Amino acid sequence: MTMAEQQKRVLLQGNEAIVAGALAAGCRFFAGYPITPASEISELLSLKLPELGGTFIQMEDEIASMGAVIGASLAGTKSMTATSGPGFSLMQENIGYACITEAPCVIVNVMRGGPSTGLPTSPSQGDVQMARWGTHGDHPIIVLAVSSVSDCFSVTVKAFNLSEKYRSPVIILSDEVVAHTREAVALPDADQIRIIDRITPGVPPEWYTPYADNNRGVPDMAAIGDGYRHHITGLIHDDRGYPTQVSQEVEKFYKRIHEKISKGFQEIQITKTYLMEDAELFVIAYGSVARSALKAVRDARDQGVKAGLLQLITLFPFPRKCVDIYLRQCRAVIVPEMNMGQISREVSRVNQANCRIVKHNRIDGHLISPDEILKHLATV
Amino acid sequence: MLERAEIIRKEYLRHDKKFPHVWCPGCGNGIVMGALLRGIHGLNLSKDEVVLASGIGCSGRMPTYIDFNTIHTTHGRALTFCTGIKLAKPELTVITVMGDGDATAIGGNHFIHAARRNIDLTAIIINNSTYGMTGGQYSPTTPFGSKSTTSVYGHVEHAFSIAELAVTAGASFVARGTVYHAVHLEEMIQQAIRTRGFSVVEVISNCHVQHGRRNKLGGAVEMITSYKENAVLVGKAAKMSPEELEGKFTIGVLANVKKPISTEQYQRVIVEARKNSHKNSSEKEKNGIKRYEE
Repeated sequence: MTMAEQQKRVLLQGNEAIVAGALAAGCRFFAGYPITPASEISELLSLKLPELGGTFIQMEDEIASMGAVIGASLAGTKSMTATSGPGFSLMQENIGYACITEAPCVIVNVMRGGPSTGLPTSPSQGDVQMARWGTHGDHPIIVLAVSSVSDCFSVTVKAFNLSEKYRSPVIILSDEVVAHTREAVALPDADQIRIIDRITPGVPPEWYTPYADNNRGVPDMAAIGDGYRHHITGLIHDDRGYPTQVSQEVEKFYKRIHEKISKGFQEIQITKTYLMEDAELFVIAYGSVARSALKAVRDARDQGVKAGLLQLITLFPFPRKCVDIYLRQCRAVIVPEMNMGQISREVSRVNQANCRIVKHNRIDGHLISPDEILKHLATV
Repeated sequence: MLERAEIIRKEYLRHDKKFPHVWCPGCGNGIVMGALLRGIHGLNLSKDEVVLASGIGCSGRMPTYIDFNTIHTTHGRALTFCTGIKLAKPELTVITVMGDGDATAIGGNHFIHAARRNIDLTAIIINNSTYGMTGGQYSPTTPFGSKSTTSVYGHVEHAFSIAELAVTAGASFVARGTVYHAVHLEEMIQQAIRTRGFSVVEVISNCHVQHGRRNKLGGAVEMITSYKENAVLVGKAAKMSPEELEGKFTIGVLANVKKPISTEQYQRVIVEARKNSHKNSSEKEKNGIKRYEE
């Protein structure tokens, strides 16, 4: 590490790094409701956003927060909210609205034990499947997981970029450990960060068809009030945005919003690998558990076990291709999670190579330690 | 009058939208829509600067037909979307049309807080005392004793008075009108839009197909005529005795107060925060966020 790099290092909490990432990505609107362990995100943004000419508002509940976030996004401003399990439950109705109207937005869920008020505020990964399927109806969505303070920054930037590019809500799953851990991180300079903005219409208003397909499957997006008057609705709509029940139009709509995400799989599905080249068994982990898993893998290597780690940043769309490659390469996979097995069921679903899947689930509100994972690696 | 009607038909309706609309013959929603369009036309606003939002229900379909920036949101949540739109683009005139169930049952929390916040939005609430679209169930404004598909033995709860609720919650401007008094309604809506701050117009309207039929209130004509008989202007009501006011309701302006508007106050916050940020820039370098600021 050079002197210059060292000087750039700052001590940040996960929640603070999410704020830094959001501001770097161009977020200028936040609406939220107080909840532990996510409140620091609100507090810091209430301070920072007005300095940048942006807006912070504390709404009356999380449904309202999500509504305000979508409203601001449709009016052309990059927007986000942050919450924890109970608030995330409330947001689901309007998250569906963001899916159907293709409103870019970022939702941070700092997970704690549930259901209901659950286990405030111990770490958990219990909201993984809910992040995918929480709102009703068939819908595509992008779910990312953070495991470190440095992730909190870079994944938040990525989340905004993906949401703008694919016009989709993006959910960031953090957990209490990542949110409140303080680590020294070197954040990149602003000019080294790639920022993606939504594509606005290149045609005059009278030629604009708000939901017309193009080769990307992502329609150009005009902001409310920019002269491109059009209709936005939570009903299934035709290319012009008007409600439709004509079966060809309905089918076309569903297909397009799903295909726009599948066309981008390669870019959206982010994973990291450690020591996977010659691995004979491996760990699939995400969130704070990935930290313990890395330590366990290193310890296993010291003991002569050829172990590796596949860390999932993107949980959904589930990176099946990548997982499949390693399931074929290895004889066993350990899937440690702070839930009853919400990602291991995805792993089982894509396992065509008959790789042995060992679940390790901890739901008592405590972190999974490296030793717990190492035990599996040494005995499987 | 006819000339103006023609301008409104040509200028403001979306002719590429497949009419007819979804409303039943005789529904009051069309009268409200007419009053709204005439009111806006009189204010000389450009169509690009007007946002018309709605929630779910019969009223929720209104924006579809009109050539503004229109948004049909989720049930009861229109005001929350409008809050985001207004804060992101304060220069827009943001109006929302809701029903009684939409605004005061599922959206009750958002309604009172928009009023408390005194955000610069206009809410038009069409109160027809029932959930019309779902088949006539009781709503927060269904009168005590009334019949509905979920109160076949007579309603055991009491009704909200929407306008009074808005006054208490802190709205800057509150008025009530009816679909009988269409010209008066247009005036109330115009005043509401002109008001800076949260403004509410409650419109007493008829659902003869659900509420009227089950309570033997007659058809559209009888119901609408009854508003003529039972509505009393606020000023006149002040001079009447409680006995004389029995069975009547007031129309006109119920509140018109000047007080700080949150949307405008936030602009002051931005100015102050920017001043502070220059003062403390070295402080912020420490927490690593400074570098991402413009």
